[in-house]
Amino acid sequence: MTNAQSPAKEAAPGVMAQAVKEGLFAGILAFGMFLLYVGIETYQNIDNALVWRTRWGLLAIFVAVSAIGRFLVVGFFKPRIDRRKLAKAKAGIPEVSDDKGFFHRNFLKIAMLALVLYPPVVVSLYGVQGSLKFVDNFGIQILIYVMLAWGLNVVVGLAGLLDLGYVAFYAVGAYSYALLSQTFGLSFWVLLPMAGILAAFWGIILGFPVLRLRGDYLAIVTLAFGEIIRLVLMNWTEVTGGTAGISGIAKASIFGIWSFDVGASNNFARSFGLPMSSAYYKIFLFYVILALCLITAYVTIKLRSMPIGRAWEALREDEIACRSLGIDTVKTKLTAFAIGAMFGGFAGSFFAARQGFVSPESFVFLESAVILAIVVLGGMGSLTGIAVAAIVMVGGTELLREMEFLKHVFGEDFTPELYRMLLFGLAMVAVMLFKPRGFVGSRQPTAFLKERKSVSGSFTKEGHG
Amino acid sequence: MSVNVNPAAEPLLKVSGVETYYGSIRALSGVDVHVNQGEIVSLIGANGAGKSTLMMTICGSPQARNGSVVFDGTDITKMPTHLIARRRIAQSPEGRRIFPRMTVYENLQMGAGLDNLKYFDEDVEKIFALFPRLKERQSQRGGTLSGGEQQMLSIGRALMARPKLLLLDEPSLGLAPLIVKQIFEAIRMLNEKEGLTVFLVEQNAFAALKLSHRAYVMVNGKVTMSGTGRELLANPEVRAAYLEGGRH
Ligand SMILES: Nc1ncnc2c1ncn2[C@@H]1O[C@H](COP(=O)(O)OP(=O)(O)OP(=O)(O)O)[C@@H](O)[C@H]1O
Ligand SMILES: [Mg+2]
Repeated sequence: MTNAQSPAKEAAPGVMAQAVKEGLFAGILAFGMFLLYVGIETYQNIDNALVWRTRWGLLAIFVAVSAIGRFLVVGFFKPRIDRRKLAKAKAGIPEVSDDKGFFHRNFLKIAMLALVLYPPVVVSLYGVQGSLKFVDNFGIQILIYVMLAWGLNVVVGLAGLLDLGYVAFYAVGAYSYALLSQTFGLSFWVLLPMAGILAAFWGIILGFPVLRLRGDYLAIVTLAFGEIIRLVLMNWTEVTGGTAGISGIAKASIFGIWSFDVGASNNFARSFGLPMSSAYYKIFLFYVILALCLITAYVTIKLRSMPIGRAWEALREDEIACRSLGIDTVKTKLTAFAIGAMFGGFAGSFFAARQGFVSPESFVFLESAVILAIVVLGGMGSLTGIAVAAIVMVGGTELLREMEFLKHVFGEDFTPELYRMLLFGLAMVAVMLFKPRGFVGSRQPTAFLKERKSVSGSFTKEGHG
Repeated sequence: MSVNVNPAAEPLLKVSGVETYYGSIRALSGVDVHVNQGEIVSLIGANGAGKSTLMMTICGSPQARNGSVVFDGTDITKMPTHLIARRRIAQSPEGRRIFPRMTVYENLQMGAGLDNLKYFDEDVEKIFALFPRLKERQSQRGGTLSGGEQQMLSIGRALMARPKLLLLDEPSLGLAPLIVKQIFEAIRMLNEKEGLTVFLVEQNAFAALKLSHRAYVMVNGKVTMSGTGRELLANPEVRAAYLEGGRH
């Protein structure tokens, strides 16, 4: 009776010993692995001769991180997760819903409030000019990716169509805005929907030939499609300006009332007697992209509970069953492509208005891969998860730029941005190890009989009985 | 077990001389089958005889190369599958094919998509009355259901479409005898109370023949025998091939 009550405590010394052992082992492993890659560096000296030097400090950091990390995981995280699982199993309730905290329940409201207040807070902390970096690099940049990832989520996360060429629609949107505004002088607010429609049109064009494809075949064809669009943009020099791209793209205005052109008489800063700064434009753009993101989220959530959204999700699961339930799979796939592409087009025209410059450089395959990675990391289908993934991945890479102090650790010629992709990869591996279904891995059902219940992660594993 | 079938009336489903190919392999060679309004008709036969192929051919995937499938007075032979389904032929296919990541409730919603959930609330109660297990499990994901529960869900989802004709491909596959009894009882009830027309493929020939008004025996892509359930149960050939030693 007595010895049955605290299995966790009894196991603790064993766990600690195990943790120390595994930690040491990880350290040794890291030492062996990184000795040559990290511990020794080759470089060219002034005479252009290849010489080498050692970086014991850096190597020590790598080894220490591995060892301590492993120790913590084995010693603390694993037991805690196990205990939680055990407790859940004991309670015998698969559904966890009622015991959510205040933060959890009001998460969306809090997040919204934080986003709306972000620019004024930053301005008050760092001044108008100082806010530029935060609003632009961390705000707008992240939100663009949130929007792109939410758009791609319709295609990949909901409809289950693996699209590796999503950046093509981003490009269509950007070039639509750039070209139409230069040729016809139309304003951002007219061209924004137009860019969306054009991108949707291209989504359908791509959709038709690939209707019969699934999985890896579909991925390869969409990949090729993305590259074709980029190559066309690069080589159709008369129209697109080729690799030089298009510059001097008109800025967006506040619905034509105030402009952000420095020379304009209705310039925003001048109208309000404020000092000239490009920061106002960025703050305005921040709210524009925030609104676009919210529209994307709203439409996605609405669509999910509509017949077409249900059909998308069913299509991802079983195409044959869908057809035998009377679902037109052709129409369903095409709408998924079109709507996903439309959001990409919106984001693209926004991108062009923000940069004032577009070139094929911005629409390489890597962009598609990053967007897809965000969708996968976030947990396909989950808007919250995807937003978190975008913040971590994009914000993380932006942070790297800021980390000047790393130069003191890694040497003067260390450029943190170059390690972006490495970190991206590491983060993906880590997330997939610990949360194989992404940050928010459990799919939220869209319909309930009585009350909302979320089914816990342990019950979301698929099985075919 | 008498049915009010007017023999002069057109059958609800009439399959005539159907030949279906997989590539160059002929899976059905000239199949004639019909199902009258209000009947339970079953199709029995050995593995690989072509039973599932016939079910799928009725649904238009694959389509018959020769012959015709007429449903409710309309030739549906070359119609795309989803349009056939919209004429209210519902199917619980081989392997059940429920949506594994969607909940039981959502799976049932998918079944009611034709009427855009107009009768959903009413119908879902009926399904839950028929299969109380589904009610208990309504917020569980389809893929985590047991085999029997999945079968109930597959039938339930098909019924949500308010079908004129229900096609069932091996509803008893892999189920405990008690559950099989439950499912067959449900089919009988639907037929008697609601007048549902059912076309049933079964390996469990004894139970199927007992349940059915009429039945067909299929061998190598051809129908070799037909008759009332009772006739076939008594037929020595059928007994030897499908019943002896196989009584469940
Ligand atoms: N997609 C396919 N491609 C090629 N051949 C197929 C295909 N599906 C079925 N067949 C073949 O067609 C024949 C009939 O198969 P079918 O599935 O209709 O048999 P069945 O009577 O349902 O058998 P079982 O009782 O085992 O389910 C078999 O020889 C099978 O191998
Ligand atoms: Mg079969």
